[in-house]
Amino acid sequence: MICRLEKVVKRFQRQEVIKGIDLEITRGHRVALVGSNGAGKTTLIRCLLGEYKCQGGISVDGLDPRMHRREVLSKVGFVPQLPPPLRMPVGQLVSFAAGVCDVEPQRIEMVAERLGLDLGRFRRHPFVKLSGGQKQKLLISIALGRDTELLVLDEPAANLDPEARRIFFELLAERRDTAAMLISSHRLDEVAALVNRVIELDRGVVVLDDRVADLADLTSRLGCRLVLTRVDDAFGRAIRSWGFRTSDGGRTWEGVVPGPDRLRFLGMLSRYAALLASIGMDELPQPVPAEVRCA
Amino acid sequence: MRSFLLTAHTDILESLRAKWFLAYSLIFGSLVALLFVFGLTESRIMGFTGLSRLMVTYIQLAMAILPLFVLLTTVRSVAGDREAAVYEYLLSLPIGLAPWFWGKLAGRFLIVFLPVFLAMLGAVVWGVLKGADVPWALFTYYTGLLMALAWCFLGIGMLLSTLSRSADVAQASAFVIWLTLLLFLDLILLGVMIRDYLPPESAVAIALANPLQVFRTAAMLLLDRQLVMLGPSAYVILDAFGEVGYIAYALLYPTLLGTLCAVGGYLIFRRSDLP
Repeated sequence: MICRLEKVVKRFQRQEVIKGIDLEITRGHRVALVGSNGAGKTTLIRCLLGEYKCQGGISVDGLDPRMHRREVLSKVGFVPQLPPPLRMPVGQLVSFAAGVCDVEPQRIEMVAERLGLDLGRFRRHPFVKLSGGQKQKLLISIALGRDTELLVLDEPAANLDPEARRIFFELLAERRDTAAMLISSHRLDEVAALVNRVIELDRGVVVLDDRVADLADLTSRLGCRLVLTRVDDAFGRAIRSWGFRTSDGGRTWEGVVPGPDRLRFLGMLSRYAALLASIGMDELPQPVPAEVRCA
Repeated sequence: MRSFLLTAHTDILESLRAKWFLAYSLIFGSLVALLFVFGLTESRIMGFTGLSRLMVTYIQLAMAILPLFVLLTTVRSVAGDREAAVYEYLLSLPIGLAPWFWGKLAGRFLIVFLPVFLAMLGAVVWGVLKGADVPWALFTYYTGLLMALAWCFLGIGMLLSTLSRSADVAQASAFVIWLTLLLFLDLILLGVMIRDYLPPESAVAIALANPLQVFRTAAMLLLDRQLVMLGPSAYVILDAFGEVGYIAYALLYPTLLGTLCAVGGYLIFRRSDLP
C-alpha cells in the first residue's frame, strides 16, 4: 500500500486551505498528522478519502480515490473526530457497514466486544443516543473489523476510557505490519507514542515531516505506584478514571498504564504535581498470548 | 446492486422512523377518512353512490400537499445530513456514488408514494366492502399520476439538495419553487395574466411546463371538462392534445422532468465536494 499526494491544493472559493502538499505514506508508517485548528488536517483527510475534489494528484495503491471509490475505500478504515449524528439503530449501522464493506457483521461485533461495547445490549439504540465513548468504540470497531491497508483516524481515542484505550492500542499493534496509519490530532502528546513519523501542518503546508524513534511497544504496560502528600478528592476522581485503586484511603494509588499512553498519563499527573510525593513506573512483562499458553 | 439495495433499505428505515413520515401518513389517511365522512353527508339522500367523486377530490388535495411535503422533507433530510457531517462518515465507507444517490432516491420514492397510494387503496377496499362500483380505470390512472407527481418533485428535491450547501437554503428554495408553481396554476396567476392579454402561446407554454398544472388538468379531464373548472389554458390544451394525448403527456412529462432533475442532481453531486 502506497498513498501518494502530489502538489495537492484545495480551495474553498478564494481561500486556499491546502497549499501544494507532497506526501508519501507506505505500509508500516504510523503517521501523526498534527497541527492547530484550521491547519488543514481534516481537509487533507477528506481529500485523501475522495470526499473533496482537489487539484494535484492523490493515489492510494495507484488508484484515484474519487474515480475508484469502492476499490480505494475498501482498503481504508476511517474514524472521524466527531461521531456523525446518525439516528439509525446500532444494529442497522453495523449491518449497513458490514454490507457495503462485504464483511461478516460478527467481525465488527468481535472488535466492539474487545473494546468493551456490548452490541447485543445496544442493538436497538439509536446511534446518536450512545455516549461519546460508546460511539467512538463502535466507529473504531467498524474501521478495524475488516481488512484495511490504511487506517485514517481523526482523534480516535479522545473519548475512550483508559482500558478501552489499552485495547485500542493492542488492536493497532495487530495491524502495525500490515497497514499504514494516519492519526490526526491537534496535540502531539496525544498520539506521540503510537507513531513512527510526525507530519505537522500549518495553514495548509507541511512544516515538519520527520521520522521518530519507533521504540514504544503498542502493547507494553507500565505498573505504576503513586504516593500523595495528602488525600485529594479531585485527584482521586481523575486517577480512578485510569483504573487505579487505593488501599489506604487515598494516599497511595496503584494501577497499570498502557505504554503508548504514558505521555498522556504524565500530562494528567502534571496537573497535580504539588500533591505528588513519589512516582514509580515499571514496565510489566508482556502477557503470554493465549495460543502460546495452549501449546 | 448490493450497495444500491442497502442504501435504499437504510433510507426507507430512516424515513419510517422519522416524525415527518408519521405526519405525512396521518395527513393522507385522515384526508381519505374525512372525504368519506363528508362524502356520505353530502349524499345523504341517495346514500353512498360511488368512489369517483371522492377520488377526484382526493387527487386534487394530494396535488396541493404531496409536492410540498416531498420537496421539504427531501431537501431537509438530504441537505441536513450533509450539513451534520453524516455524509462525511457514511461516504467514507466503500460505496459508489451512483448506488448511494439512486438508492436514496428509490427508497425515498417508495416512502413518499406508498402512503398516498395506500390511502387511495384503502378507499377502494372500503368501497368494495360497501358494494359500490369501483372505477378501476380511474384508480389505475390516478395511481400513475401520483407516481409521476411524486417522482417529479423528488427529482426536483434531490437537485435542490445537491445545489444548496445548507439545509436552510435548500428548504427556502424548495418552498419558493412550490409557491411559484402554485401561483402559475391556471386559475390563479396564469388566469390573471391571460385576462391581462398574455399571448395565448405563452400561457399554454407556461401551463404545459408547470407540473402542478399538468397534474391538475390531468386529474380533472376525465370528470370535469368544463372551462370554469379547468381554466382557460388547460381548456385550450385539452382541445389540442385530445384526451389520450394529454393523458400520455401528463404521465410522461412529470416523469421526464423528475428524471432530468435527478440526473442533474447526481451529476452535480458526483462532481462537487461530498460533505
